[in-house]
Amino acid sequence: MDGISFEVRKGETLGLVGESGCGKSTTGRCILQLDPPTDGTIVYDGMDLAKVSRAEMNKLRERIQVIFQDPFSSLNPRMKIGDIIAEPMHVHGIEPDAAKRRARVAELLTVCGLNPRFADRYPHEMSGGQRQRVGIARALSMRPEFIICDEAVSALDVSIQAQVINLLEDLREQFNLTYLFIAHDLSVVRHLCHRVAVMYLGKIVELAESDELFDNPMHPYTQALLSAVPVPDPEVEAKRVHQVVKGEVPSPINPPSGCVFHTRCPKAVASCQTDVPALRELRPGHWVACTEA
Amino acid sequence: MRNIRGRDIAMVFQEPMTSLNPVLTIGMQLTETLLQHLDITEEAAYARAEELLGLVGISDAKRRLAQYPHNLSGGMRQRVMIAMALSCEPKLIIADEPTTALDVTIQAQILELMKDLTRRLGVALIIITHNLGVVARYANRVNVMYAGRIIERGNAIEIYHNPKHPYTLGLLRSVPRLDQPRGERLIPINGQPPDLTRLDDGCAFRPRCSFATERCAKEKPLLEDLGGGHLSACWEKDKVGLNAGKHVSAAEMETGAPEHQLGEVLLKVSGLKSISRLPRGS
Repeated sequence: MDGISFEVRKGETLGLVGESGCGKSTTGRCILQLDPPTDGTIVYDGMDLAKVSRAEMNKLRERIQVIFQDPFSSLNPRMKIGDIIAEPMHVHGIEPDAAKRRARVAELLTVCGLNPRFADRYPHEMSGGQRQRVGIARALSMRPEFIICDEAVSALDVSIQAQVINLLEDLREQFNLTYLFIAHDLSVVRHLCHRVAVMYLGKIVELAESDELFDNPMHPYTQALLSAVPVPDPEVEAKRVHQVVKGEVPSPINPPSGCVFHTRCPKAVASCQTDVPALRELRPGHWVACTEA
Repeated sequence: MRNIRGRDIAMVFQEPMTSLNPVLTIGMQLTETLLQHLDITEEAAYARAEELLGLVGISDAKRRLAQYPHNLSGGMRQRVMIAMALSCEPKLIIADEPTTALDVTIQAQILELMKDLTRRLGVALIIITHNLGVVARYANRVNVMYAGRIIERGNAIEIYHNPKHPYTLGLLRSVPRLDQPRGERLIPINGQPPDLTRLDDGCAFRPRCSFATERCAKEKPLLEDLGGGHLSACWEKDKVGLNAGKHVSAAEMETGAPEHQLGEVLLKVSGLKSISRLPRGS
């Protein structure tokens, strides 16, 4: 990750898309201070996360929650669902009364579309979609205002994915949540997000309002990504021009000089090999890091 | 069977990371099928292997043959798998989720390669996938499966534009599409896929189906021809259509992502850097 900058406003959903190894998950982990960044600042609600005390950070962790990708490995297989959801409340001392905690767990399960009786089950007794709902219920237990969804629906079957996407939308409205939605699936990101940042090899290459980005992609990488996503309609597909980018993603350990995309870019010119393109605002709110855009 | 396998019917597996033997060189794995099925010398087999790697777009083939799978990226390994499948000029290739583990730009490369090669060499291709977009882009005919049975069959355009099984219809409605206006709420298929060990005499999709009647609980529907090679296994197939049965209230149809009012800045990240350590799966 190299010089990532963006803002998330209250009530909005910012999408972070890119292929494996582009640093989108690392960005999420940095914000949570799970992997402290080597450089740069993260300011949450006026507080610099690198400078806050441990106690303050713990307080902040109640307000910032995360939903992980893999509903199979992010739930402890030896704990009951009820205990998994209640654990953050216990740790943060939010609901010391056990009976009230149980009632809150039942309420959270209901909000997430699960039967309250599931509190006595173990993760292995549930399907992938149900487990992801448990992960969401656990995140909500803190009454957070900001949730980082790291590939939260990627591991689910299509029919189940739509259920969880709708749930995330409902919760956003019901609890006035702000999401940072990290994903590689562009159709899902377009559906859920207000603004979208596209990452490639540790850099943001394009950032714009969702409709603007998808209707009018300006960075060659974004254009290639969009062209690579097949549309589920054979007639539409037959008419589309498929612009396939050559080559593979270079190693993030030793990224190319200049523009990181120049090795695969159809529009690259000589200067792209040496000059790092800055993120420029080419239209209102539409930022692109490409000299040829 | 051993003579057919690999020579007439070849297979490309889902996980390029685990379907190659990590302790054998690419060359040994590629020539194995050739030496098994064709009456050629090892030298000729290596020459053919080199040619195959060129065919699937791997440069520097001679050096690659001496390398091990861990030296190659996921996309490259999948290209090697395709080269292996093509090696004996099979009549049919079965590709089981060939691109599911790959990134989208690499997925597009591999699928274009497979399409190009199968058309050029006249090989039939069965592609097994859950990705409706991949099917739309590449398949001529489609079979939709649910709970171990084929429930709808037809040519691709028929299936996508005139689905006649509630499950197919549900699948098509539940995916967000890049070519359609944003904001419409997704219509998921309710419930969970059934437990395959506890199927009864009725239609397996019945508990999740909005068209289900009493008959669906008693008799299992069989594939019936609707004409033009379009088959559906549903008692209510005449009622199923893209416009039918949208049991969605007006409230539910409201926009998925409402026009967003700019709130105050909650999070501001500037100049964030993190030194790459070991690559983490995205």
